Amino acid sequence: MSSATLASPSGRVSAQLEYVTFRLADQWLGIPVMMVQEVLVAMRIARVPMAPDAIAGFLNLRGQIVTAVDLRKTLRLPVRDAEAEIMNVVVLHEGELFAFMVDEVGDVVSVANDLVDPTPATLDPRWRAACTGIVRRDRGLLLVMSVLEVLRLEQPSG
Amino acid sequence: MDDLLRDFLTESNENLGKLDNDIVELEQHPEDTARLNGVFRTIHTIKGTCGFLGLVRLEGVAHAAENVLDALRAGRLTVEPELIGDVLAAIDCIKSVLQALEDTEAEPEGDDAALIQRLEQWLGAEGGAHANTPADGVFAITPSVPAATPVASRPAPTTADAQPAVVAPVVAAREQSVAATSDSSGAGSSWDGVDRRGKGESAAAHVADSTLRVGVDVLDKLMNLVGELALGRNQLLQLAANADESPFAKPVQQLDRVTTDLLEAVMKTRMQPIGNAWTKLPRLIRDLAQSSGKQITLVMHGAETDLDRQILQAIQDPLTHMIRNSADHGVETPDVRRAAGKPDGGTIHLSARHEGGHVVIEIVDDGAGINASRVRRKAVERGLVKADVADAMPDAQILRFIFEPGFSTAEQVTNVSGRGVGMDVVRSNIDAIGGTVELSSQPGRGTTVRIKIPLTLAIISALLVGTAGESFAVPQIGIVELVRVTEEQHTLVETVHGTQFYRLRETLLPLVPLRALLGLEAAAGSDTYNIVVCQVGEARFGLVVDDVFDTQEIVVKPVGRMIKHLQAYAGCTITGDGRVIMILDPAGIATIAQVASNETRDEAEQAALAAERALAALQTDTKESVLLFDAGYPALQAVPLSLVARLEEFPLSSLEEADGHFLVQYRGALMPVIGANAAMNLRAMDPRPVIVFSDRNRTMGLAVNEIRDIVEEHVELQRRAARPGVLGVSVIAGRATEVIDTDHFLRHAHGESLAVSDGVAAVPTIDLPTPAAA
Repeated sequence: MSSATLASPSGRVSAQLEYVTFRLADQWLGIPVMMVQEVLVAMRIARVPMAPDAIAGFLNLRGQIVTAVDLRKTLRLPVRDAEAEIMNVVVLHEGELFAFMVDEVGDVVSVANDLVDPTPATLDPRWRAACTGIVRRDRGLLLVMSVLEVLRLEQPSG
Repeated sequence: MDDLLRDFLTESNENLGKLDNDIVELEQHPEDTARLNGVFRTIHTIKGTCGFLGLVRLEGVAHAAENVLDALRAGRLTVEPELIGDVLAAIDCIKSVLQALEDTEAEPEGDDAALIQRLEQWLGAEGGAHANTPADGVFAITPSVPAATPVASRPAPTTADAQPAVVAPVVAAREQSVAATSDSSGAGSSWDGVDRRGKGESAAAHVADSTLRVGVDVLDKLMNLVGELALGRNQLLQLAANADESPFAKPVQQLDRVTTDLLEAVMKTRMQPIGNAWTKLPRLIRDLAQSSGKQITLVMHGAETDLDRQILQAIQDPLTHMIRNSADHGVETPDVRRAAGKPDGGTIHLSARHEGGHVVIEIVDDGAGINASRVRRKAVERGLVKADVADAMPDAQILRFIFEPGFSTAEQVTNVSGRGVGMDVVRSNIDAIGGTVELSSQPGRGTTVRIKIPLTLAIISALLVGTAGESFAVPQIGIVELVRVTEEQHTLVETVHGTQFYRLRETLLPLVPLRALLGLEAAAGSDTYNIVVCQVGEARFGLVVDDVFDTQEIVVKPVGRMIKHLQAYAGCTITGDGRVIMILDPAGIATIAQVASNETRDEAEQAALAAERALAALQTDTKESVLLFDAGYPALQAVPLSLVARLEEFPLSSLEEADGHFLVQYRGALMPVIGANAAMNLRAMDPRPVIVFSDRNRTMGLAVNEIRDIVEEHVELQRRAARPGVLGVSVIAGRATEVIDTDHFLRHAHGESLAVSDGVAAVPTIDLPTPAAA
């Protein structure tokens, strides 16, 4: 179950959502688990000349074409080292598969909806556009990323 | 939706599609009883089922039409255009009700009384004979029942409680008709129709047994899966090929064979005869002919030619549009045709055939043709091209403007066509499926439209090429030829205004280096590269790549939203070794590189640019090798070296005279020799320098006084010449030089008719001193 209704200690009923967490540079982010199809280790990516910068290319996932999106580039983070390990979080969005290239994939965490705060106004505008909320955890902040909004950032207009 | 209703809609729509055609055919061949029976059966089936389903409005119309058809069958009425028109109107009405049924699941409101009355009037006109349906005939065994109008022949009241009353008689009628057919002894004259109908239905049922209705989504899924299977097969084949003595070799081979067969079989399930896209055309032509007072026959060949259903759908509208154009703009009215000495009736031939991996569709009419000068004028008026450029463009190129958005030469906008919408859509639709459309026309003789489309979109044959270390696939359909350019041949590449051209058999082929187009880094490599000559519409260009690998059948996959906007790609595919590679789109590349026009708005600009470029190439920009010679005129004469076959010197003794011509035995044939100067005495020089020209299968020698030089020069005609045989005067090597018209001499040497003004040219052969022929 990706979403469940549990009684919180206060006795109030609170919906909660599970997130696949992943790291980009020092920041942990999460995507709702029901959007994630699978997680892949680095795969051969076919470059597409003239494609937008963050579109790393296509990868072949058992005969299906997956568009690889380098989230570091989308979120304007420094380019990772050539030898750095890459993980792919494959999401299904409107019938199309996308692989989000990230630095590390963490646990699946369950977060009650009322613990998700709005993103702070001081956040970088690009990050604000991509993320819908922020969760304070003991281990640090977790940004909730919207697949729709991230892809919208990269989608060519027209 | 109710299953019963859905089945009824599917079946009826299928039958009605055929019906239009059948009825138009019937109008032309009234004696075709089999067809008449078919039409009757279809309408009857619809009527019967309507009864079950309580569709009273539909039933009323179907019943009235059925009555008329029955009277036709019985010979009580004869086929005539108005009657057929009314039957078609009834079918249209049925179609519109069916459409509404599909949309809303309920019969739409509407009053068909007028239509039904019109149909019934025909029955009144049959001279007292009553309007029985065969179903009624079952009830009224005695045919003498006067003008019986049983329940079913009137539109039944629409109240719900009246419906069972409608249903019941039809059910009863069916049961009785079955009983009647099995009881042959009871079959009187009025049973006849029922009997035949029974046979027909069983035949139809037999055909239905051997076919199965399968959802398109199932077929598409199947196609995808087989595509994947083929990719897996390709991978296995590569693995097996790399391993020596692999125990897998045999099973892999077997798998390969089966996969290929399976692929073919699945492709076949998606194939439909092109005739399915033609069913509406005879009706369209008939209605058009009727409303415009023209006589038009539509002749269709190759309706059984199979096409992928996806492509079939894509070409349906363009085809309909072009047929309509041919009928409306092409074929003239009978009096105009008579005045032009043509038969009253015009003919439109529509044909389809397989040609290589493609289907070629041709639409040929014998109408007025397209007036190229009018197109030229319109194009200039609309600012699509400059007047001088337009004048220099050949007619074939001028006709391409017809595919411009909003272009129409119709003086009169009819309700059918002439609004200038359409031909641009036609071309963009056909472009979209990787097809091409060509148009040619002879004024007064007719127009031919030739459409070439791929058999299928899902799996295409593609050439794999490599540039800067990346691989790409180029669809085979766009490729004309491959040229390998070695280091020594680099001189064949010329640069004009920053665009590279390759001299390919005396034409200049604009080059598009793929590496620069895609912004790839240069790979250190050899100086040898390859040119993939691509054809987009009528334009050709050369795609420059490093390597050419092999041809493969590839499964086309869409590229997804992130790069869909990139015109250079038509899709992507997965190769045998599991790599993803991009499929290049020659049409898109042509647009980006501006070497040919595409459906973009600035097409006109680009077309004009291309024409200007061509003109410029002809006149100023390219250096040509020019042969200079002296023919006894004050100025030197010049001819482009490309037109010269050979330079020879003939001894006087080899010049023979026969039939008023000087001839020389040259390479086993007699070649006429004429003087470049009318006043030249061919025998005054020994040996005589001769320039040999040839054109198709004609060869001639042009006698000159002296060959002077071969120079590289821009040939620009400064002024046109008054003397026949001279194209004009150009400055070559710093001197005014006459450029000769080789065609003039060729025609003259072969005694072909020349214009009156060419009289001078006739002189050389007559004016010569004529010693006895050898």
